[in-house]
Amino acid sequence: MTRIFLTVLAASASFATLGLATPASAQIEVDITQGNIDPVPIAVPDFIGTDPQTAELGRQIADVIRADLERSGLFRALDPASFLETQTDIDYEPTFADWRIIKADALASGRIVRDGPDKVRVEFRLWDVFAGKQLKGIRFSTSNENWRRTAHKASDAIYTALTGEEGYFDSRIVFVDQRGPKTNRTKRLAVMDSDGHNPQYLLGGSDLVISPRFDPASQTVTYMSYETLPAQVYMLDINTGRRERLGSFPGMTFAPRFSPDGSQLILTMVKDGNSDLYAMDLRSRSTKRLTTDPGIDVSGSYSPDGKRIVFQSDRGGTPQLYTMNANGSGAKRISFGDGRFNSPVWSPRGDKIAFVRQNKGKFAIGVMDPDGKNMRILTDDWSVDMPSWSPNGRVIIFTKETRGTNGKSELWSVDLTGRNLKRIDTPGQATDPAWSALLE
Amino acid sequence: MTVIKKTFAMSAAVLVLAACATKPVPEPEVVERPAPQPEIFVQQEPEPAPPQVIAPPTIQPPTIDPNAPIPGSVEDFAFQSGGEPRVFFGYDRYQLSNDARDTLRRQANWLNSYPEFTAIVEGHADERGTREYNLALGARRADSVKAFLVSQGVSPDRLTTVSYGKERPIDGRSSEAGWSRNRNGFTNLRAFGQS
Repeated sequence: MTRIFLTVLAASASFATLGLATPASAQIEVDITQGNIDPVPIAVPDFIGTDPQTAELGRQIADVIRADLERSGLFRALDPASFLETQTDIDYEPTFADWRIIKADALASGRIVRDGPDKVRVEFRLWDVFAGKQLKGIRFSTSNENWRRTAHKASDAIYTALTGEEGYFDSRIVFVDQRGPKTNRTKRLAVMDSDGHNPQYLLGGSDLVISPRFDPASQTVTYMSYETLPAQVYMLDINTGRRERLGSFPGMTFAPRFSPDGSQLILTMVKDGNSDLYAMDLRSRSTKRLTTDPGIDVSGSYSPDGKRIVFQSDRGGTPQLYTMNANGSGAKRISFGDGRFNSPVWSPRGDKIAFVRQNKGKFAIGVMDPDGKNMRILTDDWSVDMPSWSPNGRVIIFTKETRGTNGKSELWSVDLTGRNLKRIDTPGQATDPAWSALLE
Repeated sequence: MTVIKKTFAMSAAVLVLAACATKPVPEPEVVERPAPQPEIFVQQEPEPAPPQVIAPPTIQPPTIDPNAPIPGSVEDFAFQSGGEPRVFFGYDRYQLSNDARDTLRRQANWLNSYPEFTAIVEGHADERGTREYNLALGARRADSVKAFLVSQGVSPDRLTTVSYGKERPIDGRSSEAGWSRNRNGFTNLRAFGQS
């Protein structure tokens, strides 16, 4: 049992009394390995507005921040009904004693200021309640209709200030919307905010589409489509709608993933029934074959420095995980546990590889170090697949399917620690989720 | 289970030290400006007509069995293949069973008699595998079927392979009865000229 500490060591007293904008250091100890054993209680009052419209906006923004922080599992957003103090001006220090009584460790208070007909400023201060210190003061300028993203940015700033890690709230998830019974399904490419809001279709839905993935460097996704046969890998720019087939190979191409800098794709191509990994240079469109063995080599994923690739292969008899250099050399097996190991994805932080293990009639999402050590199963079920990392390498989103003729697909997420297992609400059935990088 | 200690320096731009309770603290600094939300272009694809299997016009010859399909029709191909032009595989297998070979021999005989047809050989897998692995497994199955038909004299130019992995099950049951039907290779007949 490890406690979560939210401790801010007092900054130099002279800086504080003089109010100098001098760099000060603070030390925060948040146990980020334990998930929600003891989430940090945080108070986020509705942001103060200057008129009814900005007051409503302030309520909505605080709602989204509370939901974001709560969903992370690292925080517990306190019920606004329990608040003793109602601040009227965030430029004055809060009455810390009032927030200590309700056991808030941190307080985020903000306001909305009208900046023009369609523009607002969102300003907020993050306070350490125990130390009685401001941790962060932040202002965003934004258009009215952009309020949801502004709220996510505020959540990311709070998350970063209190955990020392990058956030992941202001990001998107591309996925495949799924309709119809198991034996007559239609699938359609769609995208939504990281909290499941603003779902939008990206394609018409007349063709089977599989395994979309984001370019970490842009708003472009790659996916596999049966628009023409053999099925091939495509690229779609979400902002412009520009869509392109990446080559017309005689064999099917599938399982595409971008390199971290977006310059390359790794994909699988079928030749005479055998699946091998290829790298495609996206500028020249030239492809380089990376594996040549007669086994199935599939589901390649680059390390964040682009130098290594993890993939699955059944060259040794059953599907197992292997790593190799980005040029295809030096392949070595890294999974040795019971069962079949599939769908590896390298964490954007580089320290873990997520995978799907199939063992004794169950599928599980797990993580291991890039050398195969410290394997841990995070969650298992009848059927889970297609793991994808949050941009900060903290959360894994995946597909879960239920059993039987009426089986349904849903999106779920789980913390790197195996805690905070949550379903993500989608308009219909959903599968094949993939997380974007943090938005600009 | 270790506690990771994160130490970080607050930058001067964002850390405004607290003033005493009576004085307003300085205005917060602008640190970020979210870009306006990009407009999402929702692409409406024209709905292509679903592929149809069209049998070439044939004249029905006099026949004794009124229920037998017209020779040279798509139905005849299915009939000659033993009900449907589909062969089945064991779990995680792509090798052809003796039954499958018998079925494919009949398919090859038919295809050799009616050279105006081409076929898309589909490989399918059950749901007890991950999506991408099953695409690869379906490709192996499709190739096994194609290779056998070619060995029986069918020109490889007439046969295209495609893997649907576990995306197109014919049986929704999550039991061995359902899975064994979903692990198959399907010879999807096309009239010449159809793609």
